[in-house]
Amino acid sequence: MLEIKNLSVEIKGKPILDGLNLSVATGEVAALMGPNGSGKSTLSYVIAGKPDYVVTSGEIRLDGENILELEPDARAARGVFLAFQYPIEIPGVATMTFLKASLNAQRRARGEADLTTPDFMRTVRGAAQNLKIDPDMLKRPLNVGFSGGEKKRMEVLQMTLLAPRLAVLDETDSGLDIDALRIVAEGVNALRDPKRSFLVITHYQRLLEYIKPDVVHVMAKGRIVKSGGPELALELERNGYRDYASEAA
Amino acid sequence: MTMHRAIAKTAAETRLAEQFSALRGAAPSLWRDAAFRRFEEAGLPTRRVEAWHYTDLRAALASAAPLAKAPDAAAIEAARRSLASLARAGGTRLVVLDGRFVAALSDAPPAGVAVVPSAPEAPTFSDVDAMLALNVALTLGGCAITIEPGRRAPLIEIVHCFSAGAPEAVYSRLAIALGVGARASFFERFVGTGPGAQRHVSTWISLAPDAKAAHVASIEDGAGLHVESQVANLAERAELDAFGFVCGGGLVRRQVFATLAGEEARIALDGLALIDGRRHADTTLEVVHAAPRGQSRELFKHIVADEGIGVFQGKVIVRPGAQKTDGAMKSQAILLSPHAAMNNKPELEILADDVVCGHGATVGALDPEQVFYLQARGLPRNEAEAMLLEAFGAEAIARVAEPELAEILLSMTRAWLARRAGAAPT
Repeated sequence: MLEIKNLSVEIKGKPILDGLNLSVATGEVAALMGPNGSGKSTLSYVIAGKPDYVVTSGEIRLDGENILELEPDARAARGVFLAFQYPIEIPGVATMTFLKASLNAQRRARGEADLTTPDFMRTVRGAAQNLKIDPDMLKRPLNVGFSGGEKKRMEVLQMTLLAPRLAVLDETDSGLDIDALRIVAEGVNALRDPKRSFLVITHYQRLLEYIKPDVVHVMAKGRIVKSGGPELALELERNGYRDYASEAA
Repeated sequence: MTMHRAIAKTAAETRLAEQFSALRGAAPSLWRDAAFRRFEEAGLPTRRVEAWHYTDLRAALASAAPLAKAPDAAAIEAARRSLASLARAGGTRLVVLDGRFVAALSDAPPAGVAVVPSAPEAPTFSDVDAMLALNVALTLGGCAITIEPGRRAPLIEIVHCFSAGAPEAVYSRLAIALGVGARASFFERFVGTGPGAQRHVSTWISLAPDAKAAHVASIEDGAGLHVESQVANLAERAELDAFGFVCGGGLVRRQVFATLAGEEARIALDGLALIDGRRHADTTLEVVHAAPRGQSRELFKHIVADEGIGVFQGKVIVRPGAQKTDGAMKSQAILLSPHAAMNNKPELEILADDVVCGHGATVGALDPEQVFYLQARGLPRNEAEAMLLEAFGAEAIARVAEPELAEILLSMTRAWLARRAGAAPT
């Protein structure tokens, strides 16, 4: 599904990723762990296509296609979804309006017809209920004044509606209390599918108690330094990142 | 010290003087004379006139177009056909064609509302703005709308339109007076003309004690020049909510002179200007708090694209004795191109000591983080930008209390954004 080869990335002249290699198989849930400053969030942004990052070498292939030249919306239409660590507030745009526009934009990009309003409403209400999102919240401007937990649940709601092929979760556990974490994790687990892959980025092992990964990668200094099974996360929990600490940190 | 204008008259000024002489020959009037004297004394405004600093009309106005003739029967019929396609905002429609009120195209006024097909004499004051003086001096027609005391009038829509044809100029005046405790909403639309047109309009709003008026002005066509003055006078506890929407016009100047003459008067002046191409839109406000406990609120938003130029000048004057004045002014602009420009000049002149007044102005680009977030969810860049810009504009339009008017403005905003999104390469 996802093949990243020899990826080097700079921002404002500062190298962040340094020849990173990473594969995520179809249907796989991969955890990406690492100390602060190791480049985890940068990797998630580069996969999603955020401007300002300069790719100096390498490629990112989704199902064999190099997506680096694609605009973020074209990547989204091909099934890439990034759950933001800090979801952006969009004043003046009702959440429902945004959800419908983004869902239909992706459908159009794939040559599918727009969802009818009743179908859309039914889908949204069902998904919102599962995530314990108050329907009134959908009338409010997107993410404006939402609590940290509400924002993360809204990210998972978007993921549910957009049904991506590759979901990248950037520190979705940050800022969540244990109840919110459980709701978010259940939402993610409900989407596990043999045709869908996940890259779950986290600093702590805690999230992985709820979202069981198939494989764990450890990132340091802009590259993957170790890969293993779920036991690797437990080892990191015991020993911390001192073995991998970046010099800059 | 006496100021002398040493500069020779421009071709436009010479032409204006000829037009005035011709008009005066046909209908002599002392107030026209006084107004034209004031105009001649000042001349077309230049950058050196503080209130016109960002809009040099003297330089911009190469020539004064001939005055529009009174519409004949054929012109009235043509206007009737084109007006049929302009959706009504509801209520009563009044039509000003080529600067003249045309009863044949207008609805009969509802109960309690009187419409007189000529603007009354204008008060002239010595230091009045030159372009307002010119409007008074060259007035071709207009109308006076009076709402009787205590009456709640349905929405009154005033459509200003032109007969299609050669370049021409109109000067018209509209007087709106609300009696004690009356309530009314007005929607002035400027439609149906092109770059050859020069439009000079003024709206005089007079609110008796406890009267409450809403006014929306919408500049939607491609008039080469649109100079609009609004003169508002509020008695005690009177309230005015005035909104200016600009999505057309080559060179647009809207100027509002408001006086809160009575205690506890309240005014809200808001607006949204959408400026693209090489268009120029200037909004200049002067709000005078002349009595205690008045409240003024201003929110103006500009979206400036291409090589467009936006201007917002807001001056709030608190006269001695106007204690407990509460004023707040805000201007926000989004620039969509490196060649787009916005000039902001908020100003406070406070001559009372117990007041709360503030102002703020921001100019920026669209937030790239917001654009990326929406794109990451699948919205193409132009749609993402249009969504953010619509939200930005909608916040200003939300100040329009009449839902049918807000919806009309919102749909014009969407159409403008869609045109932009369609035209912009992505």
